[in-house]
Amino acid sequence: MRIKIVSTIAAGLALSSFTFGMPAFAQQEGNQQGTQTSEEPLWSQADAYYDAVEMAKAREEVLYEGGAQPTYYVLFNQLEAQSADGRDDLYWNGQAWYGGDINKIWLKTEGRSSLNNGDVEDAELQALYSRAIAPYWNVQAGLRHDFKPDGLDYAVIGMQGLAPYFFEIDVSAFLSTEGDVSARAEIEYDLLLTQRLILQPRIEANLSLQDVPERMLGAGLNNIDAGLRLRYEIKREFAPYIGVEWQGNFGDTKDFIQATGGETDKTVFVAGVRTWF
Amino acid sequence: MINRRNLLQSGVGAGLALGVSGILPAWARSASEGNLGIPALSGKDFDLSISSFPVRINGKAGMATGINGSVPGPLVRFREGDDISVNVTNMLTEDTSIHWHGLLVPFQMDGVPGIAFPGIKPGETFNYKWNLAQNGTYWYHSHSGLQEQLGHYGPLIIDPKDADPVACDREYVLVLSDWSFESPHRIFSKLKKAGPTYNFQQRTVGDFFEDVSEKGFGQTLQDRAMWNQMRMSQTDWADVTAATYTYLINGRSTQDNWDALFVPGERVRLRIINGSAMSIFNFRIPGLAMTVVASDGLNVKPVETDEFQIGVAETYDVIVEPTEARAFAMVAESIDRSGQVVATLAPQQGMRAAPPEMREPVLLTMKDMGMGGMDHGAMPDMQNMDPAPMPGMEGMDHSMMPGMDHSAMPGMEGMDHSAMPGMEHGGMSGMEPMGSMDNLASGVERGPGVVGIAMNPVNRLDEPGQGLGNVDHRVLRYSQLRSLDRNPDLRAPEREIELHLTSNMERYMWSFDGVRFAHIKEPIKFYKGERLRLTMINDTMMPHPIHLHGMFFDVVNGGNDHKPRKHTIVVKPGEKLSVDISAEHVGDWAFHCHLLYHMHAGMMQVVSVLDEPNPYASSMPDMMNMEGMPMEGMDHSKMDHSGMSGMDMPNVNTGENK
Repeated sequence: MRIKIVSTIAAGLALSSFTFGMPAFAQQEGNQQGTQTSEEPLWSQADAYYDAVEMAKAREEVLYEGGAQPTYYVLFNQLEAQSADGRDDLYWNGQAWYGGDINKIWLKTEGRSSLNNGDVEDAELQALYSRAIAPYWNVQAGLRHDFKPDGLDYAVIGMQGLAPYFFEIDVSAFLSTEGDVSARAEIEYDLLLTQRLILQPRIEANLSLQDVPERMLGAGLNNIDAGLRLRYEIKREFAPYIGVEWQGNFGDTKDFIQATGGETDKTVFVAGVRTWF
Repeated sequence: MINRRNLLQSGVGAGLALGVSGILPAWARSASEGNLGIPALSGKDFDLSISSFPVRINGKAGMATGINGSVPGPLVRFREGDDISVNVTNMLTEDTSIHWHGLLVPFQMDGVPGIAFPGIKPGETFNYKWNLAQNGTYWYHSHSGLQEQLGHYGPLIIDPKDADPVACDREYVLVLSDWSFESPHRIFSKLKKAGPTYNFQQRTVGDFFEDVSEKGFGQTLQDRAMWNQMRMSQTDWADVTAATYTYLINGRSTQDNWDALFVPGERVRLRIINGSAMSIFNFRIPGLAMTVVASDGLNVKPVETDEFQIGVAETYDVIVEPTEARAFAMVAESIDRSGQVVATLAPQQGMRAAPPEMREPVLLTMKDMGMGGMDHGAMPDMQNMDPAPMPGMEGMDHSMMPGMDHSAMPGMEGMDHSAMPGMEHGGMSGMEPMGSMDNLASGVERGPGVVGIAMNPVNRLDEPGQGLGNVDHRVLRYSQLRSLDRNPDLRAPEREIELHLTSNMERYMWSFDGVRFAHIKEPIKFYKGERLRLTMINDTMMPHPIHLHGMFFDVVNGGNDHKPRKHTIVVKPGEKLSVDISAEHVGDWAFHCHLLYHMHAGMMQVVSVLDEPNPYASSMPDMMNMEGMPMEGMDHSKMDHSGMSGMDMPNVNTGENK
């Protein structure tokens, strides 16, 4: 299963491209480029004075530079140590994208490893095709692979964007290869205390459509992480933070955890860095 | 008329200091370096070389891409009507170009790669040739990639063939610009990733409590909620700010202090050029009135003022007459007030004017959101409204509509409200994606790149530069400008092209009519010999200096046959304004927002002036006659016909003029 990652991602991209009936990513949004030569040029009066082939090349270039250039983005929204009752975890939550204004490849990763013994407990990667469908909203589809705990694969469909009042929203639904359906919602907000000191309330909730006892998940709301992080943007791109987060489980999920003698809810202190480039 | 009796040129008469790496050309030298007024020399043949070279700005070393080894480049000065030849050699490892901004050159000499010519390849020399029947203050710059941001710009003066109607004793060129030690590609990419990256003037929790103590909790919440609901920032004045920019006058920061000399009592002509990549400036000389005598190269009837806003690529010539023997601060403040640059005008060498304290930033208004005329004053009922429905502003339709200036629009008295279907639904959130509002802007392609269409755009030509409404001195308004000469073409426009300036700040997408340049289906077509009206509606929250190559805009500002003629005009947010254009010079011409990164994001088009029969000729009988009609006494701001005509009601236009 582990070795299949690369092909999984590739398959995911192919799948999502197919789903949306979009051309390959490589073409990005410069739709002129491919067709320019075969069709009537959009304008060509300078061809009377200069070499037409040179002009055609320059024409493609100037069009490309007028809004078709791809950009990339890498964000570690959370890269932090979480500590509670003598137990320390490393938690990360990041994403990256590459593409034009409308079509992007979007990667998301989230996971946790113990700082006490180095064990990776959760680690997932989503590879998505993202398409802007409205000024503030992207629809995303692709695949998710859980490296930990159990190497499961999922199909993903989701929506990410900026809601009124500047709430950052990310909701996804997952269908595992076992046939289980689950969902996740993340909401966060930046409250500017000063131009650089920013308080970020953040909630992440996981839901499941059915009981999955082997993963200790009950139907309904599984768990909520509700955190408050205070960061200082030394540079916009680099902001260390401290914070506190309540992590609680609900319903059958809570019962499963209780049955194994685990903690059903706890409050952790966090310290980390938010960074992008 | 020209009076240059005191034009001292001690030792700098050599003219253009060509190819001297890192040394400023004569015109840009400070007084202490011997610049006692720019050289009044004429040339016909110029050699310019584009290269990459080290510069020292504000005490810090950086790398520039520029002309003849200096930032800004040399002053290209010649006489009207001369046969000019300019050899431009590319010493870079990438393509380059020079565009002659505002010059009516043959289009194949216009210097825009991919539109007017193929560009200048590394190692190649391109020969520009022209003979021009125009004069005044202009500039030139690269039209390749993002080279402008790196220092690839310089001033250009064409001396009139006959006597200059503007008399002066001494003259200087002031090139305003913005410099960053970050690469322009990095700046652009940061704007794509996180739009407000450079904005360190955002609204904070502290501001909230300040507002509460001023306006009360309810009002503050209401105000904040409205902007936040729409995901709009009230501090969105400039994408790139002093957080990365050092603002320059003639290549000098405030610390580097460019100084210019005068003798008390002299008439000094300042030729001010905004050669920035992204910075609109407010220019003033505290304690000294300025008489504006030219804009965008063309003479205007003298207007005295204390401050003016100068969009990127605009030029203003002013006359100052300092009588006191003291140092004056020449201040260029960026529109967002994140920074300023100060140069010195002094009676002696080596003086340094005290920079004025930075002024407090101001906030954007409802008008900037395209809801002009919907301000509180115009709608008393708004005050009494239950705050609950306010946040979304949905549900405000009915209570607001009656307040929408009907009383102030005599021409609309008889209008049937059913003729305004678009106004009844869709909610009032001016910038919301509203399907039902599309009929108000049929030409705009809606999608992820367009956050919204201005609900009620208004003509703002009679307002001072954006953000300068509350200063306690005179500020120039576009409506004050009158061409000194009678306009050459007095025909009424035969047709009107409506163009929306559109954006999504969140994704950093900028476009005309919702279509980025990379995705246009066809250029904008003009037909040789036609006279047309271009009406621009700014649906975005930012002012855009819009520039059309090869043609002048006759700004429809009430000036009748003396409209000011400009190559670049700042369209304020939420504004709808018109310019008349004579399509004379056949060719393909670039047309774009002169904010470099807006252009780079797609806010650009090509205007093809075609030598073909005009399919529009006489097809629109008496549609456009607004400016030709005697409207001088009428208060445009109250009539607001501009806002109304955007609502696709052609009968309103003619109706109100009869």
